[in-house]
Amino acid sequence: MKWLRAESRLALGLMCVVLACMAPLAQAQQLKLVHSERSLYRQVLVYEQGGLRYLCFTKDCAIGRQSVIDLEHPEKLQFDYTHMMMSALFAVPAPKSVLIVGLGGGTLPRTLAGVLPTTHIDTVEIDPAVTRVARSYFSYVPSPNTSTFEEDGRAYVKRMIRARKTYDLVMLDAYDHEYIPEHLLTREFLQEVKSLLNPGGIVAANTFSSSKLYDSESVTYRAVFGEFYNLKSGNRVIIASNGPLPPLTTLRRNSTDFASRFAKLGFEVEDILDRYSLQPDWNAGARILTDQYSPANLLNSTR
Amino acid sequence: MQRNLSGPEQSVNRPSAAGKLYAMYSLMLYLIAGWSGCFVMAVELLGGRLLAPYFGSSIYVWGAIITVFMLALSLGYLLGGRYSLRQPSLRRLAVILGAAAVTMLPVLIGAEPLLDALSARLPDPRLGSLVSALTLFLVPTVISGMVSPYAVRLLVSDRLRSGDSAGKLYFVSTFGSAAGTLLTSFYLVLYFEVNQILWMMLTVSLLVSAAALLFPIRSQES
Repeated sequence: MKWLRAESRLALGLMCVVLACMAPLAQAQQLKLVHSERSLYRQVLVYEQGGLRYLCFTKDCAIGRQSVIDLEHPEKLQFDYTHMMMSALFAVPAPKSVLIVGLGGGTLPRTLAGVLPTTHIDTVEIDPAVTRVARSYFSYVPSPNTSTFEEDGRAYVKRMIRARKTYDLVMLDAYDHEYIPEHLLTREFLQEVKSLLNPGGIVAANTFSSSKLYDSESVTYRAVFGEFYNLKSGNRVIIASNGPLPPLTTLRRNSTDFASRFAKLGFEVEDILDRYSLQPDWNAGARILTDQYSPANLLNSTR
Repeated sequence: MQRNLSGPEQSVNRPSAAGKLYAMYSLMLYLIAGWSGCFVMAVELLGGRLLAPYFGSSIYVWGAIITVFMLALSLGYLLGGRYSLRQPSLRRLAVILGAAAVTMLPVLIGAEPLLDALSARLPDPRLGSLVSALTLFLVPTVISGMVSPYAVRLLVSDRLRSGDSAGKLYFVSTFGSAAGTLLTSFYLVLYFEVNQILWMMLTVSLLVSAAALLFPIRSQES
């Protein structure tokens, strides 16, 4: 029995050391839970830390942050990927209609509505709890030019195709690192999105920058849209066109119109333009994702 | 202990050619029940995949699919038990298994246009997925549900051991379901297309059915 006691003493000691190490970490984070609710689809959590408010779908809010708002300067775009998404306007500077798939904290529709006050913006979000939280905690205020639809993204796209609705810009922001809706990554879905775009219309997708999914996703976009702009930071943003892809010189020219407006949002257009790349850096032999073959979540977990 | 209680059991334990054949016969019944369980769950999982582009993959859609499969299996149990009252034979069980596979063909051939039409008329994900799942999966799953009670009838040689036989058969059938679920969701979808997996399942069903049709014993009484 003596060895057992010694072992448990050692375990206890180790636990104390671990806890002591974790204490300053917890202190440094100071993530304060502001709101928590369980929806039909997930846990919806709102945290605050140092004047910033975050939307998270998992308790581990250090990596899985869906949205952020600066409480003092709500117009500032904090996340890098939102800068890249907004830069889609360089390719389609005056869209009459925009579709956003995936609301999150409502940052993209809110910012777009501010930049383009006359543009009609439709947002489709499957989870009513997310829409509620975006309204109460992330200043997502509906305006006459914005509509939110509580529906599955794919079902909405199919419905709009039947209704012969078209868009100048479609933004796909429905992918979470924890769980990916696999029917929103397939060739058939992208073909549907493409058929929803006006000639020369643009799709901007916030997607995955690592794992085997990066390769499969890249070849799938390539199969549907041909060449596309690949922008990478922590996330990867794909900017593709229903028609010839506008050359970088055109984007650069259009970007000057946005320079001052985007500076107010907290970023420089030049920094974003530097990220535009046409260079394929993926395995071109990867398998295309289709409705028949889309193990996106399994691929995402294999490095 | 119970071995000596019944006549037919003694014949089963007889170390003769006939005894071996009877052991093979039981094995055949277990194989059919286990495979049928595997088949049902693979189809159920892939059914979710087929419906997702039209109705999403929310809890509503899974709720609709699971409801339809449970409903179909419950009806199948009832019908299978009834059917076993009239001259039960391994040959007929083989036909049931084959029929479940063949009635899957419309899913493989016509699922897309059908789902397209249904989702256009029924945009509500609950009603839409319920009606779609009923249309695509009710018939093959009812027929699959007939397998287990029918196999129990063929397996049971006397009243005293009927619970034991039914227990073993449930074990094999539900274990098959677990295996089919794991195999499909963890591995098969990573390598094959949905329809390829369904064709494989259908082919195995037909092969098992053919093996049962060719089996030298038709029933324990024969």
